Amino acid sequence: MLEFTQQIINGLSLGAIYALIALGYTMVYGIIKLINFAHGDIMMVGAFVGYFSLTLLGTNIFVAMLAAMLTCAVFGVLIEKIAYRPLRNSTRIAALITAIGVSLFLEYMAIFLLGPSQKVFPDSAFPLKAYTLGGLSILNKDVFVFVSAVVLMLILQYIIKWTKTGKAMRAVSLDREAAVLMGISVDKTISITFAIGSALAAAAGVMVGVYYNTVNPLMGIIPGLKAFVAAVLGGIGIIPGAMVGGFVMGLLETMVSGYGNSLYRDAVAFGVLILILLIKPSGIFGEDTGEKV
Amino acid sequence: MKSGKKVAMLVIMLFILSIAAGCGGGSQETGGNAGDKADTINVGINVELSGGVASYGTNARDGAVLAIEEINKAGGVLDKQLKGIERDCKSIADEAMSVSAALIGENIVAQIGPLTSGDVAGSTPVMMENKVPLIAPAATAANVTVDDKTGKTRDYIFRVCFIDPFQGTLMAQFATDNLQAKNAVIYCDNSSDYGKGLAEYFEKTFTENGGVILAKEGFVKDDRDFRAALTKIKGLNPDFIYVPGYYQEVAPLIKQARELGITVPMGGCDGWDSPDMVSVAGNEALNNTYFTNHYSSQDKDPKVVKFVEAFKAKYNKEPDAFAALGYDSVQIMVQALKDAGEADPVKLTEALAKIKDFEGITGKMSIDEQHNPVKAGVVIEFKDGKQVMNTRIQP
Amino acid sequence: MQKVKNKWIKIGSEVLILASLFTLVQYLITAGLLNQYYQINLTSMCINVILAVSLSLINGFTGQLSLGHAGFMAVGAYVSVIITNMLDLPFIVGILVACLAAGLAGFIIGVPTLRLKGDYLAIATLAFGEIIRVTLQNIDYVNGPAGIMGITKLTTWPWLFGGTVLTVLVIVNLVNSSYGRAIVSIREDEIASELMGINTTKYKVLAFVIGAMFAGLGGAFYAHYFYIIKPETFNFLKSFDILVMVVLGGLGSTTGAIIAAVFITALTAALQSFPAIRMILYALILVIVMIYRPQGLMGNKELSIKIFGRIWSGRNEPDGNK
Repeated sequence: MLEFTQQIINGLSLGAIYALIALGYTMVYGIIKLINFAHGDIMMVGAFVGYFSLTLLGTNIFVAMLAAMLTCAVFGVLIEKIAYRPLRNSTRIAALITAIGVSLFLEYMAIFLLGPSQKVFPDSAFPLKAYTLGGLSILNKDVFVFVSAVVLMLILQYIIKWTKTGKAMRAVSLDREAAVLMGISVDKTISITFAIGSALAAAAGVMVGVYYNTVNPLMGIIPGLKAFVAAVLGGIGIIPGAMVGGFVMGLLETMVSGYGNSLYRDAVAFGVLILILLIKPSGIFGEDTGEKV
Repeated sequence: MKSGKKVAMLVIMLFILSIAAGCGGGSQETGGNAGDKADTINVGINVELSGGVASYGTNARDGAVLAIEEINKAGGVLDKQLKGIERDCKSIADEAMSVSAALIGENIVAQIGPLTSGDVAGSTPVMMENKVPLIAPAATAANVTVDDKTGKTRDYIFRVCFIDPFQGTLMAQFATDNLQAKNAVIYCDNSSDYGKGLAEYFEKTFTENGGVILAKEGFVKDDRDFRAALTKIKGLNPDFIYVPGYYQEVAPLIKQARELGITVPMGGCDGWDSPDMVSVAGNEALNNTYFTNHYSSQDKDPKVVKFVEAFKAKYNKEPDAFAALGYDSVQIMVQALKDAGEADPVKLTEALAKIKDFEGITGKMSIDEQHNPVKAGVVIEFKDGKQVMNTRIQP
Repeated sequence: MQKVKNKWIKIGSEVLILASLFTLVQYLITAGLLNQYYQINLTSMCINVILAVSLSLINGFTGQLSLGHAGFMAVGAYVSVIITNMLDLPFIVGILVACLAAGLAGFIIGVPTLRLKGDYLAIATLAFGEIIRVTLQNIDYVNGPAGIMGITKLTTWPWLFGGTVLTVLVIVNLVNSSYGRAIVSIREDEIASELMGINTTKYKVLAFVIGAMFAGLGGAFYAHYFYIIKPETFNFLKSFDILVMVVLGGLGSTTGAIIAAVFITALTAALQSFPAIRMILYALILVIVMIYRPQGLMGNKELSIKIFGRIWSGRNEPDGNK
């Protein structure tokens, strides 16, 4: 039982990170129907901004996180403007290839500028404390990752549900043409979506840095793919779906490693994804839309 | 529209012609300035500079380039300067093969790299066909230098690193004899033949010594979260945990193990050797961990000290095991060039096979009949972030 | 009568051209004029053409976005090596069984997933491709992650040339047949074609299986040239590489896929000497081509010169569409 509870804690921290990245995926998909494969790499950029903010500028972790989020928000908007906007009216597969191109570009630009080796996140940024609760070990960074993820999700939920921008975002994702007729600036709304999504990814990047101590230029690929799976699991385009999908993914991986064979972890994750797609293609939270003729 | 098609057709024709023309040019080159007439000795550096293991390749390249510079500064070899020709094999075996062929077109006398056993395998047929030696800095699989079907040594393939059986056996002995471990858990890098190979030989020796393997777990490259399997391992309460893999994964693994309250000794291999171990895992977590290696970057040997200083001065980073092995690959080739007396790939190969007691920074080595280096192994212990020699074992 | 005669002249000249191309390269190889570097890249080109053309049947003509092509390639590669190297059977058996196995994998994966549409299908195929890779990593018989090393080199120029031509011919003829028209109609409007009485599932699965079979062929050639195969070679990034060729060439254009496969192989080789900026340039080229020519180099047109006309196209109205 003790071990099981420990595994749940492990799964929740991992899931929080996946959920944050998945949110960005899902928001972008919801609004322009683009699988933004570069999203994991934005997380990497965020992690590096956080790293440099901590080491070169000597800021504390919260400032580093804010800096990463701001930088990546700008970055996300720029990427959308330069690479995705010209393709908004062409086929989705062309946009997908562009996203792959952007992803490669970010990865190898980072290797070119910073070298391929990993960089060590300074320990001093987040002094480690362990709390033991009857044999369970909970670290302050577990709490940090979980709480910041939840806070960020709540803020996001607020923005989407209660602000004008959020309304505009929902409107554009529902029906772009109609949104234009209602006087919503589609370009602006899409830019804001990218800014928010990228900022969340950046926050996740800094958390990964804190949590796993290292950052490297290719660190975004695997979490990016996993988060993407998480987004689909929850129902791509649906914000609460991404959160739940992220946590499900984190728990699932932890349980497979903990109670099954860790080597099949990825296979099981993908297998569950396929099952979900086959049973309910729109994901756990998705609504089945009937085919329109 | 018609003319557009003609243009397209023309492009294709030109393309086919360029292949034809290119090959003509290529073969001329091979015949043209063969052997000693060139005033430089070309050394191919075929390493992974992009793709999955870009960081290994880049570090080994840095080590090799440093060695080439030092040798040139000291007047070169055989009165000639060395010229390193770098190519990227993208961490893919077919690219490694293509790169080797391109390098051979540049009249290289030997090729350094690639790093992983798989990429070396891709490069192997080209090197064998053209009779140019390949020196692998870090390919540890036994069948890299020996064809496991025929049992024949691959004539032109050499390496400067340990092979899997040696290190796995060494750590198993150490666990039984020095740590009195009765049972152990293996948690290995399952995405590389390196981790799997070491685990296999560790298990073999450890069980032969009467030990019990309680469980075998695996992680894959680029994993950063190990707590699920570690939590499981903690429940098994083993005497010893063997973690063969590279420092990128092992360092966070050890840190997380200690955070979960696993205090038993852990052991590993030369892939652990990096300054990042201490900076990622921290001094305390590393206490009571041991790894097999051929050298220590904190070794007091003046040769090693000089290398570490030169490397830091040039690249502004600490060398890891890949950098040291890349450096030694070039140095051992230079030694063989001196022995051979001329810059001829076949003569160089013969000389390489005869290398005895070469003083590398990764230890004193002799090449055996299977083209593996025979070098002393050491077990290094981490004590408050310092690498301390625990046991030295002569082969 | 004139038409029939023209047709035979065309076919005759096609055969002539292919035969002379084959003989030329064969001569260059035997005479030692084509050095190893070019031979290797020529092999890569042919394999990439096979992969790109077979994927273009699925992605380009049928309009089903598949991101798991490397998985079928892996099945072909592993099965063929088991046949030739472990069971010591001839190469042709290896190739045939590899194609069948990859086709079977395509069938098993295709039947359930092809119900999905668009991005969901893409994700499902991506997931299946990764599952194939992870499974191979865990099979000790094929050495897990280390892969199989020391594969006999059996992929020679005649095999490669034959395989490539066969792939192109089969797929072009399929596309131009009544099956092909059904397949293309699914791409254009799945619901409408269903209403026209086309069994869309059948045709989608058919295209998927045939595409997978040829990916298996590509895998078999790959394994028997490059000496080693390991699961990591066939990860999702490899699928992306193939997809890039198809999209760059133009969805729904076989000649486009061929040109793009040749171009990208040549580009990759040419950039070997610039390790630092190699991938950056590649990425930039991708993005720029997509921005300025999102329909790919060829769009959905075929490159059809009188002589080459019949090989590749019958679908193209003679310049009428522009």
